[in-house]
Amino acid sequence: MPFETGNLKEALAQRGVSRRDFLKFCSAMAVTLALPPQFAPRVAQALEKAPRLPVVWLEYQDCAGNTEGLLRASKPTVAELVLDVLSLNYHETIMAAAGHQAEAALQETVTKQKGKYIAVVEGSIPTKDGGVYCTIGGRTALDLVQEIGGNAAAIIAVGTCAAYGGLPMASPNPTGAGGVGTVVKGVPILNLPGCPMNVQNLTATIVHYLTFETWPATDQFGRPLFAYGSRIHDDCERRAHFDAGQFVEEWGDEGHRKGWCLYKMGCKGPETFHNCPIVRYNEGTSWPVGAGHGCAGCSEPSFWDTMTPFYRRLPKIDLLGVEATAEQLGVGIVATVTGAFATHGVISAIRSKIQPIDRHEADLEEHLP
Amino acid sequence: MTKIAIDPLTRIEGHLRIEAQVEGGKVTDAWSSATMWRGIELILKGRDPRDAWLFTQRICGVCTTVHALASVRAVENALGLEVPLNAVLLRNLIQASQYIHDHVIHFYHLHALDWVDIVSSLSADPVATAKLASSISDWPKNSADYFRQIQAKLKAFVEGGQLGIFANGYWGHPAYKLPPEANLLAVAHYLEALEWQRDIIRIHAVLGSKNPHLQTYVVGGMALAIDPNGQSTFNAERAALVQQLFAKALNFVEKVYIPDLLAIASFYKEWAAIGQGHGNFLAYGDFPVGVGDPSSEPDLFFQPRGIILNRDLSTIHPVDHTKVTEYVTHSWFEYAKGEAEALHPWQGETKPNYTGPKPPYKMLDESNSPKYSWLKAPRYDNVPMEVGPLARMLVAYASPQARNHASVKDKVDKVLANLGVGPEALFSTLGRTAARGVETWVVAEVAQQWLTHFLENIKGGDLRIHNNTKWDPRKWPKQAQGVGMTEAPRGALGHWVQVKGEQIEGYQCVVPSTWNGGPRDGSGKRGPYEEALVGTPIADPEKPLEILRTIHSFDPCMACAAHLLDHEGKEIISVKVQ
Repeated sequence: MPFETGNLKEALAQRGVSRRDFLKFCSAMAVTLALPPQFAPRVAQALEKAPRLPVVWLEYQDCAGNTEGLLRASKPTVAELVLDVLSLNYHETIMAAAGHQAEAALQETVTKQKGKYIAVVEGSIPTKDGGVYCTIGGRTALDLVQEIGGNAAAIIAVGTCAAYGGLPMASPNPTGAGGVGTVVKGVPILNLPGCPMNVQNLTATIVHYLTFETWPATDQFGRPLFAYGSRIHDDCERRAHFDAGQFVEEWGDEGHRKGWCLYKMGCKGPETFHNCPIVRYNEGTSWPVGAGHGCAGCSEPSFWDTMTPFYRRLPKIDLLGVEATAEQLGVGIVATVTGAFATHGVISAIRSKIQPIDRHEADLEEHLP
Repeated sequence: MTKIAIDPLTRIEGHLRIEAQVEGGKVTDAWSSATMWRGIELILKGRDPRDAWLFTQRICGVCTTVHALASVRAVENALGLEVPLNAVLLRNLIQASQYIHDHVIHFYHLHALDWVDIVSSLSADPVATAKLASSISDWPKNSADYFRQIQAKLKAFVEGGQLGIFANGYWGHPAYKLPPEANLLAVAHYLEALEWQRDIIRIHAVLGSKNPHLQTYVVGGMALAIDPNGQSTFNAERAALVQQLFAKALNFVEKVYIPDLLAIASFYKEWAAIGQGHGNFLAYGDFPVGVGDPSSEPDLFFQPRGIILNRDLSTIHPVDHTKVTEYVTHSWFEYAKGEAEALHPWQGETKPNYTGPKPPYKMLDESNSPKYSWLKAPRYDNVPMEVGPLARMLVAYASPQARNHASVKDKVDKVLANLGVGPEALFSTLGRTAARGVETWVVAEVAQQWLTHFLENIKGGDLRIHNNTKWDPRKWPKQAQGVGMTEAPRGALGHWVQVKGEQIEGYQCVVPSTWNGGPRDGSGKRGPYEEALVGTPIADPEKPLEILRTIHSFDPCMACAAHLLDHEGKEIISVKVQ
């Protein structure tokens, strides 16, 4: 098979990518993976030798937001080609073939490359009523993902829907939706949540595999630590304003125009683990807090239920507004988050009747500086 | 007689299945089926109405931003909130860049391969390609060397056997008509457009924080703080970047997209008589140029609101949203009072009732059920309507008082003259594809004016981005309802919200691809996709390229189209698999 011959270096040369561009890309990847710069040559060396892995991209209960994210890869030529060179054998949104010719391309990979390809999954999997809420070519998503995902070398779940069930799973979960990990067992699954995922993290995950021949270390939710290892709040460019007690009080007020902290406008940065403040989006152009809106917590499991209402400030945080307490504050929040998410599996169940919007704003007012 | 199924129908957003009956080399009947459903509107019930836009935006990642806009407008309409001019213009700029980006991606990455044979481009003469390219545009990358390089890359790709996303295409199909040089030109621009789109959508990152799924909308305005002298705001540096990106967008549209569209269309003129459909068109209109309620004040719009019936451009009928209804006769839902009648969105019900074949299945009619799709069938005054760029361009073309009329008429006439066809050619597969190009051109031009207007307003000292008077839910009425209308790239989009006790009581979306891709209605009238397919020639039922052409000319978005609501909070009942 063509995938097993040749390598990335030749493939890039064929596509007119210069050595210089390639090394620049490797340096950027080393930075994303939080490796020292001296690792860039090792990344380059590994990539040049790596066999080309076939990839199939599967879409189920999705919005194609992660597919759009893929098209925004921030190292245009090379990042795209790394994915291409990985041989994207199936992707409904962009592939030329349709109908049974499309399914034939998929089946060829599944049978001939069994255990060797990567399955990227976008969208949740509905399980209620035999899975009739998502079918492709007459087969249910559940049936398909178990076969195609089950025969893969590994699954990368892109976006919060594929990773944890996401929006379709939000209360009352009308279709019995869940993440890939709930229906496919026995295959390594990497979760890259976010709504959508940041494509830089997808590329880096694959590069990590090619460079070190292992998947990156993950947290308890299956998220790579290099991308989800620290809280948004801790890396936020507006953190100093939080510590100094400087908050936006209304959209467009003086504090907003000065780039003050969005905590009081409902920012979920203190409870969210993601590298948005560092990597940003669309070639590093911006990110939600950078553009003046709070974080919605979109990389956290069940965020549609646990982080809403989005404009309600996070409860039970004592704000004394000085650095000395900020550290204690951080410890406190982590404990709260861990507690909250340990029970996230039952949140949908108990949220069958959504509570009225309560009044944390009023309750907290007296605690705020 | 042969019955064929195309599933997955690829190069669209989402999950679409088309079944068609083919007889004597032509489609004689067709069925459009959406095969995925999530239930987002049900999930919205009981939530904070200020949060709704974050949820609804996730209806679609391709049509990102449009459901956010419709949602904040619906809530603002319910609360009687007028948003400041800066927010109006910011929303226009975001929407304009969405049109430009989305239409160009559709043309090159979703639609082009229906007309362009990649394999044929390998036999093109690069010198002749450069000559062809120079004859239609003065784009700087028109050299023979450039095309030679592209061709060499393609050759390596094909000879390596690693076709990836190009594997198993209908290459060599007799319906491909372009000479090798035109194919090579189009493939080169397919790759260029991939680079270009990544760059210009940074407009969304600047104005909306990221793309897809922007995060600067708020009910009452926008969250993007403005201060020309600020360090963490929309400032002079950000303004310069947006200006530069809009200029780059217009340049590509004028020098690449439009010339390519005309060149390719000139080889496929017979498609101006294929895929006509019902000939009824609906546009809600959009792009307010001043402060006011965009749901009730269409006079503010750049793109006019209106309806065209039976291809008659002499009369533009007004739009009354109370005439919008939805049938479920052929949809996997049921209505409490029977399914012969259609319901207006305010009275709408959604109880899923899957009666399709038990998966895995080969054909939908295995179940002998009249129902065959997760889409409802929307009708306006009981008439099926086509929505989208063609509907908008026709309404603008036929509305002399409209703000965009002169620009649209000028460009439509240029395109028609270039192709040597009359206005009747617009009612077709080719017409839809051409109208999308014309619209991109019109919007890319006017976006520059809106940006200037926005910057002038800031220069005048207006930094307001938000109307704060109703941010606190305690200031809301006990009960309210609103409608938010917009024109998404794919067509007329409406969100209807009911608010009670500070929560969402009911929420409904009637979406462009539901208008276009919905199934038959109570009287058996086909939906627009289905009607447009009837009469389509099919050279090889095993490779139904011609069906892809007509379906892609609508630019389907099935994640948008299949949704659910239940504004009366009825329980979902269990699904019956027959």
